[in-house]
Amino acid sequence: MGVKLNNHYDVIVIGGGITGAGTARDCAMRGLKTLLVERSDLTNGATGRNHGLLHSGARYAVTDQGSATECVQENMILRKIARHCVEQTDGLFITLPEDDLSFQSTFIDACTRAGIRTEAIDPKEALRLEPSVNPQLTGAVRVPDGSVDPFRLTTANALDARMHGADILTYHEVIGFIKDGKRVVGVKLRNNQTKSELEAYASITVNAGGIWGHRIAEMAGAVVNMFPAKGALLIFGHRVNNMVVNRCRKPADADILVPGDTISLIGTTSSRVPYDEIDDMQVTPDEVNLLLREGQKLAPSLAYTRILRAYSGVRPLVAADNDVSGRNISRGIVCLDHETRDDIPGFITITGGKLMTYRLMAEQATDLVCQKLNIDKRCHTAEICLPGSTYDEEQVGDKQKPRTTIGMRAAAGRHGSMSSKISAESRYDRSLVCECEAVSIGEVDYAIKELRVQNLINLRRRTRVGMGTCQGELCACRAAGLLGKANGCVERAQTDLADFLNERWRGMYPVAWGDSLCETQFTSWVYEGVCGLDAPSQK
Amino acid sequence: MNNEQNKYDKSFEQCVKCTICTVYCPVAAVNAEYPGPKQAGPDGERYRLKNRSFYDDSLDYCLNCKRCEVACPSNVKIGDIILSARLKYSRKQPKLRDKMLANTDFMGSLATTFAPLVNSTLRLEPVKRIMDKTLAIDHHRTFPAYSGQKFESWFRKTARKQQTAYDRCVSYFHGCYVNYNYPKQGQDFVKVMNAIGYGVQLLEKERCCGVALISNRMEAQARKQAEINMASIRAAVQADMPVLTTSSTCTFTMRDEYPHILQVDNADVREKIMLATKFIFELVDSGKVKLAFREDYRKRIAYHTPCHMEKLGWSIYSTSLLRMIPGVDFVMLDSQCCGIAGTYGFKSENYAYSQKIGEPLFNQIKSTEVDMVATDCETCKWQIEMSTGVVVENPISILADALDVEQTRKLNNINI
Repeated sequence: MGVKLNNHYDVIVIGGGITGAGTARDCAMRGLKTLLVERSDLTNGATGRNHGLLHSGARYAVTDQGSATECVQENMILRKIARHCVEQTDGLFITLPEDDLSFQSTFIDACTRAGIRTEAIDPKEALRLEPSVNPQLTGAVRVPDGSVDPFRLTTANALDARMHGADILTYHEVIGFIKDGKRVVGVKLRNNQTKSELEAYASITVNAGGIWGHRIAEMAGAVVNMFPAKGALLIFGHRVNNMVVNRCRKPADADILVPGDTISLIGTTSSRVPYDEIDDMQVTPDEVNLLLREGQKLAPSLAYTRILRAYSGVRPLVAADNDVSGRNISRGIVCLDHETRDDIPGFITITGGKLMTYRLMAEQATDLVCQKLNIDKRCHTAEICLPGSTYDEEQVGDKQKPRTTIGMRAAAGRHGSMSSKISAESRYDRSLVCECEAVSIGEVDYAIKELRVQNLINLRRRTRVGMGTCQGELCACRAAGLLGKANGCVERAQTDLADFLNERWRGMYPVAWGDSLCETQFTSWVYEGVCGLDAPSQK
Repeated sequence: MNNEQNKYDKSFEQCVKCTICTVYCPVAAVNAEYPGPKQAGPDGERYRLKNRSFYDDSLDYCLNCKRCEVACPSNVKIGDIILSARLKYSRKQPKLRDKMLANTDFMGSLATTFAPLVNSTLRLEPVKRIMDKTLAIDHHRTFPAYSGQKFESWFRKTARKQQTAYDRCVSYFHGCYVNYNYPKQGQDFVKVMNAIGYGVQLLEKERCCGVALISNRMEAQARKQAEINMASIRAAVQADMPVLTTSSTCTFTMRDEYPHILQVDNADVREKIMLATKFIFELVDSGKVKLAFREDYRKRIAYHTPCHMEKLGWSIYSTSLLRMIPGVDFVMLDSQCCGIAGTYGFKSENYAYSQKIGEPLFNQIKSTEVDMVATDCETCKWQIEMSTGVVVENPISILADALDVEQTRKLNNINI
């Protein structure tokens, strides 16, 4: 990694989710010497386990005007600065016969107040725009929803932070704080891959650990009351819908269907979970049933569409200070200055909020950091495009030769303008590693070199290798081969491969029936039967 | 399956990515530009559902042989997915050449009128060169000679009257090749059917089955012709006549491509559309009909399985009939694509691939030293004759030639 940890940083950001990556980018862009630490891979927490919905804010308009306004403002910003991560699909809020149609006018009024563009449309027009939608709908409102790829968004923020001089340490877990009196002056880190320990020093440490921020704050001696709320989702094998579909009613379970890249997602459930279970979330049969039952009401074809995976994330809901019961839970941004709050100088927590408002969260946290460091630098993250979004997609298309491969077109969608760094010169470079998601050898090489991919899970999140219908059946061993070559270690690649396939199975298990089960069985024949790959537990 | 499911074939979801289809694809074996049926079909479909701009023009290299579907263990309609994508997403318009090749009825009617002139002109080397340059119809190809008299005209003038004498009748879908190029095959069919006691009638209205229109993206016209054919076929079936054919591709198109690709429903009559060899074999096999053959008929014959015959699973009927002929020394060729795929092989951009695909078949035929090759598809016939010099005949024509008509009529108590 080449990180000189005896260097003194201005700021250490804990947490490689979207908030941490966004904060690291903002700090680095304002000229601060920044270190981002993450105990696992970037996007390993809630960032990588949600809908990927580019909220228009309409969902919160009736219940939470403040959040709705924040959402729509950030929505418009992301469309500019992160256009390669965003798909401008627009969304529909549909009313079904069992819903109260009069809610529609309440909804439209609230959206208008929050500054969200709405358009009530005829049910027939809604069906024409989005043929998958339940034909029994009685009303529809069009809003500027969209989809956003949280993996890409985080990668782009981390990449830009690094381009502005930040250091990033993944697989480094904070195991304690270094204090000078009451002041936090640094962190003790454990490298989770080598198990070695090290220390890093900074003037300010920002806790951006999402739900894990609760424990991090505790280590520093502060109490941040968090209430883990589990949300489960299902991934369908292909695009069922091309517009986001919501229910026009008060937010409830399984009422958002989002098109994301080649797939569609239905979610979510919402249930409180004990804090000690957040590292081991399982999707239950009841949750799968609920998602399917409610999902079919949005789009009836979900009843017979192949389900690829089920997964769940944990929302970092924060209780307001002095509310131990957790009844008064805020979904807004919470930026805590522990110096004034808990008499712990040098320590800040940024939490709450949403994927949609990560940039604003980062701005607020960085403003506070700058204030503490007496630095007068303005935030520019709302104007300066992320790497990959420096020219628009149409231009990418024009610049390509008319006869480009599907892989090249898919990579342009994933990496935006950065895809010009992907080699497609030789047939070898152009040949596909992952056929479902059209990831070429050139793209894998780019991810290894430029996006610091070390293992298959990193690779999946940076490129979509193994995210398609085969869930690693064909691509995993090819990709493991390329990684083995790059890392110069066959044994590591083998272990990585087994781990990866087991991780894929974990998400398939709750929905293992029909075509997905056939495919899994075939995968296990290939790897255990033909390739002789052992289950990692035997190792 | 409910209607909504029928409307959008989602069989691509059943793909387990085993890639057997690509192993069996004749094009993928010779053309690196073609991504193969798995990537062009189920994989590509997911991308096209995301955004139609992911449609790839390399899908035009697909022969529509459907061997991928035969190979698929998961019942994915791979060939249908690819063909439907070409119809739905391709922005290319059919060229003049494509329209000429695909409009078999129009071109056939025109050409038969001036048959001697057309035939000799189309065989001139300079004309072939000009057609290659201007129309991109490959100069290696020779158009099948047009007949001076259409089969339909011959039938009306010569055969129709005596057909009414039979109390059992079948309806004959002759197809374009029999009508415009090779009426003898139709005459052979009438001869065989009459010999076993069946009268032959033509459909009220017959149009080209539309296979070439479909593969050249002239979907609307194909659907129109399909609807005309289905109306006539229904009328025949209602009059208790099965609809028999002597071309495997016409049969396959009317049975499977009509509902799958053109969404023209045929479920009520589909089982009544079949190759004549299937109909005759089943009669013989069930003891309802007996066949007698000429004692002096001696031929070494190799059977080639056309791709659509493989898809129908019916080569067993044609080959079993041929094996019944005592004087036939029968050779079964490996089932592999000849490479022409109808109008595909006529196009300059495909000619080289077409020949490369057929090469193993041509070599096998050349090394087998047979008197003739039997096959149920006319375009396979042109391709094999051009590429090997061996004569190719339809099993029905071979049957007609080998049949002892008098003896057969006697055996079946036909006194007409």
